[in-house]
Amino acid sequence: MKQFITFIRKEFLHVIRDRKTLLILFGMPIVQILIFGFALTNEIKNSEIVIVDNAKDVASANIITKITASRYFKVSTFLSQNSDMEAEFRKGKIKLAVLFPPHFNEQLVHENRAQIQIIADASDPNTATTLTNYMTSIIQEYQAEINGNNPVPLQIVPEIKMLYNPQLKGAPNFVPGVMALVLMLICVMMTAISIVKEKENGTMEILLVSPFKPIFVIFSKAVPYLLLSLINVSTILLLSIFVLDLPINGSIVLLFLESILFIITCLAIGIFISIKTSSQQIAMLISLMGMMLPTILFSGFMFPVENMPKPLQLISNIVPAKWFYIIVKSIMIKGLGFSAIWKETLILFGMTVFLLIISLKSFKTRLE
Amino acid sequence: MEDQVIICEKLTKRFGDFTAVNQISFTVSKGEIFGFLGANGAGKTTAMRMLCGLSKPTLGNALIAGYDIYKNTERIKKNIGYMSQRFSLYEDLTVAENIRFFGGIYGLSNQQLKIKSEALIRKLHLQSEANSLVASLPLGWKQKLAFSVAIIHEPKIVFLDEPTGGVDPITRRQFWELIYEAANSGITVFVTTHYMDEAEYCNRISIMVDGSIEALDTTANLKKKYDAVTMDDVFYQLARTARRGE
Repeated sequence: MKQFITFIRKEFLHVIRDRKTLLILFGMPIVQILIFGFALTNEIKNSEIVIVDNAKDVASANIITKITASRYFKVSTFLSQNSDMEAEFRKGKIKLAVLFPPHFNEQLVHENRAQIQIIADASDPNTATTLTNYMTSIIQEYQAEINGNNPVPLQIVPEIKMLYNPQLKGAPNFVPGVMALVLMLICVMMTAISIVKEKENGTMEILLVSPFKPIFVIFSKAVPYLLLSLINVSTILLLSIFVLDLPINGSIVLLFLESILFIITCLAIGIFISIKTSSQQIAMLISLMGMMLPTILFSGFMFPVENMPKPLQLISNIVPAKWFYIIVKSIMIKGLGFSAIWKETLILFGMTVFLLIISLKSFKTRLE
Repeated sequence: MEDQVIICEKLTKRFGDFTAVNQISFTVSKGEIFGFLGANGAGKTTAMRMLCGLSKPTLGNALIAGYDIYKNTERIKKNIGYMSQRFSLYEDLTVAENIRFFGGIYGLSNQQLKIKSEALIRKLHLQSEANSLVASLPLGWKQKLAFSVAIIHEPKIVFLDEPTGGVDPITRRQFWELIYEAANSGITVFVTTHYMDEAEYCNRISIMVDGSIEALDTTANLKKKYDAVTMDDVFYQLARTARRGE
């Protein structure tokens, strides 16, 4: 144990001595959080929605036909009660709900005016805005159609409600994204580099010849980066609360626990890369190209995954950052508890265990 | 047999069809300086890795400091020191921190560490540099420090893999004084080198060609046997029979 502590102390010394890297480590998340603007908006196809049809009349049926015909939306279920809708949103599968009030057609015909409610999951504000715009235009299209045959202009008023993020702040979207990105960068790249550095400098051999167990070499490398990453998670959360006015709606403890899980996933990837490579440059390239790029592309924080072709959507499932992004969004913005994210957590946990096992396996064979 | 600290019998390492080390046998006694010579690719490093417990032999037996290299690698590791051709201290740590770290992973107590590091720093005249980064030291000093750190836990054997590569003759000379001092205190020194003048400093040397030991004796006897004036000639006569390339 004393040897282990000696080793960890040495790792901290490495980190502290390297002032430039240290500055980048702590500066990067702050800069990213502060300058990240609003993510790109894209056309979104086949978003799953639910329809609550309390009217069940001609007008509602016609609008539903139009919605189902549209390539933007895919109706996942028809509900009969308003209260079931919230549950559907919590499952995270649907992006939007359309609510027809009772006597929709009656109101429209007799009072010339009827309301329709559109509710969107605004934790991803870009998607939410785009989807409500699509929905509104479908409704307006229908309105124009019926008015064509009607001397008295009828009016359907869409009432839009943004769920979870009423002000449509861009921040909710990118804070979890930046978190995933920063953790990925620090844990994967820094761990990989610091282990490969020992190989390059020939100090790894010395360590392997020493009575210090090789497996501890790897573990004690990971400890400082675990702690650094936790500091970064705290910085990002503090910034988002106090600078971006974005409160954490869910449990902070849960958020930190999930972050630790993701950090361990990243450390395992970093260790794996370091075992497979022998130079710092290659380790860095693989970390950047192999990890950062997929994180940016597939985690869903820049580009909506829903919009990608099926094969890419499938690929996105093996990117750990995607699951972490969903988890952080659920806790931070939607304020959901563990029961809502156990599946994502389990996936992330499985990935971590898998990565750790293959890293340790290849580390052992490498020694032979 | 008591003072035989390295006993090696028909040690062999194969990688697939390739036999890197072919049935080498030799013994080294306590306090001896044993030179392990050979051209690049002759199998020196592979042999040394097996003796240090870093790689398992395909065939053969060896006892290092009385411990079996198959069963007791952990014990062996506690009883050997190692310094490689590639420089092996942490450049971004200070002299004192390096000593502390390497002493620490060999399980020295804080008290021992304190005494040892003070003595070591005094011996190498590094008092004023104790808190400067190793990176700022001249190469010769670094290597002397690396050697001293490699034997800080008073191992029975120290393995030196081309320890003096790239160092000027004067520093090399000083380095060898440290080696003699260690040998006199009872530490067995197992050293690989490319410099034939260094081979002259060894008590006995072996020359490996294509994975086998082709010659093993004192330098004086070898020169007599091969009718050569210098060790260079002996080495050349043996090494040119090699069929393996670089």
